[in-house]
Amino acid sequence: MSLIEAPRSPAIQRRKKRGINWEKWGWIYMRASGVVLIVLIFGHLFVNLVAGEGVNAIDFAFVAGKLADPFWVVWDTLLLWLALIHGANGIRTIINDYANQPVVRRILLGAVAVSTAVLLILGTLVIYTFDPCPAGSPADLLPSFCPVP
Amino acid sequence: MSNAVMESKPSVPDEIPTFTATLIIRRFDPDVDTEPRWQDFDVELHGTDRVLDALHKIKWEQDGSLTFRRSCAHGVCGSDAMRINGRNRLACKTLIKDLDISQPIYVEAIKGLPLEKDLVVDMEPFFDSFKSVNPFLMAGGLPKDGKERKQSPVERARFDDTTKCILCAACTSSCPVFWTDGQYFGPAAIVNAHRFIFDSRDENAQVRLDILNDKEGVWRCRTTFNCTDACPRGIQVTQAIAEVKQAILRGKP
Repeated sequence: MSLIEAPRSPAIQRRKKRGINWEKWGWIYMRASGVVLIVLIFGHLFVNLVAGEGVNAIDFAFVAGKLADPFWVVWDTLLLWLALIHGANGIRTIINDYANQPVVRRILLGAVAVSTAVLLILGTLVIYTFDPCPAGSPADLLPSFCPVP
Repeated sequence: MSNAVMESKPSVPDEIPTFTATLIIRRFDPDVDTEPRWQDFDVELHGTDRVLDALHKIKWEQDGSLTFRRSCAHGVCGSDAMRINGRNRLACKTLIKDLDISQPIYVEAIKGLPLEKDLVVDMEPFFDSFKSVNPFLMAGGLPKDGKERKQSPVERARFDDTTKCILCAACTSSCPVFWTDGQYFGPAAIVNAHRFIFDSRDENAQVRLDILNDKEGVWRCRTTFNCTDACPRGIQVTQAIAEVKQAILRGKP
C-alpha cells in the first residue's frame, strides 16, 4: 500500500525567509506598544489638562518643572519612542500597501525612516539636555523662577 | 351512487404581485469596450426573486449578451459572487426584497481580480494563493490501527467553521489589502489553511504556518472585517485569521 503524493506543488514558489521576520515583529510591536501607549497618553493628557489647575497651569515653568522630575523624563522618553515608532510603522504598512512602484516606495520609506530618526534624536536630546536656566544668560531672558545670580 | 363532486371551485390565486426594480450593471465587453460602462435595466420581479433571477430575466428577455457565472444557483457552488450595492454577495442568496428597490440596485464584478467580461473575473490568482497553502490533508504513514484516522467531535469542532468555505472569493475580493496589492494571500487562502492547521489528523501544520508567516502572509491583515461581512457562509473569517496569527506566535496550532 502506498500513499498518494501531494497532488501539486505550491503554485507560487515563495522565497526562503532569512534573518529576523520583521513583518511578524512589527505586528507584535504594534500590539504591545499600543497597550502601553493607552496608559502613557491618557496619563499624559490627565496630568497636563485635568489634574490640579488643569489646562491653565501649562506654561514654560510647568514644562520645566515636569522635565526636572526623573519620573516624567522616563515617561516622556517612553512616550516619544513608542508613539513615534508606532506611527512610523503604521505609515510604513500604508506605503507598502499603496506605493506600487519600487522607486516611489523606496523614496517614501526612506523619507519616513529619516524623519522618524531625526525626530527621535531631537526629542531625546531635548528631554535629557533641557535646562530652563542656562548659566551665563542675561537675566532679562530668563524665566522668573530661576535663581538670581 | 355518489360522485365525488367538488363542493366549491378551487380558489384561484390572485395574480401574484410584481414590482419593477432597476438594476444598474457594470458591463465590459473586451471586444468592444476599452473601459467598463454602467448600463441600466428595468426588470419585473416577484417578492421571492433573488438578484440572480433578475440577472436571468435580463439575459433571457432583454440582453442575451449579459455575461455572468452561476452553476447551482442555491448558494453552494460559489460561482456567482458579485458586488451588489457595493457589498460582496452571492447573487443567488440575495433577495431583491431585502434591498431598497426605491433605489437602483448596482451590480458589478468582484474587485481585485482581472475583469474578463461583464460580471466574470479571472479567478486564477485567487486559486493560486489557495493552492499555495497546501489545502489538503498531509498525513504521513499509516493510521494507528491501519484503517482510519479517528477524530473526536471536540477535535472536529475546532475547525468546523472554516470547513464551510465554498471558494466563492467574496471575502478575498472584499479585502482592501488584496485590492491594493496582488501579493497578499487573501482571507480565503488563510481560511483554508486554518481548516488544516487545526485538524488533529494533519501533521504538517508547521509547513502552512511557515508559509503564512511570510511578508505577504497573515501579518498584512488589518482586521477590517470586510471578509467576515462578505462571507455568504457566515464564516468568522477575521477570527480564523487571528487564530492563525496566534498559532504562528505560539509556534504550533
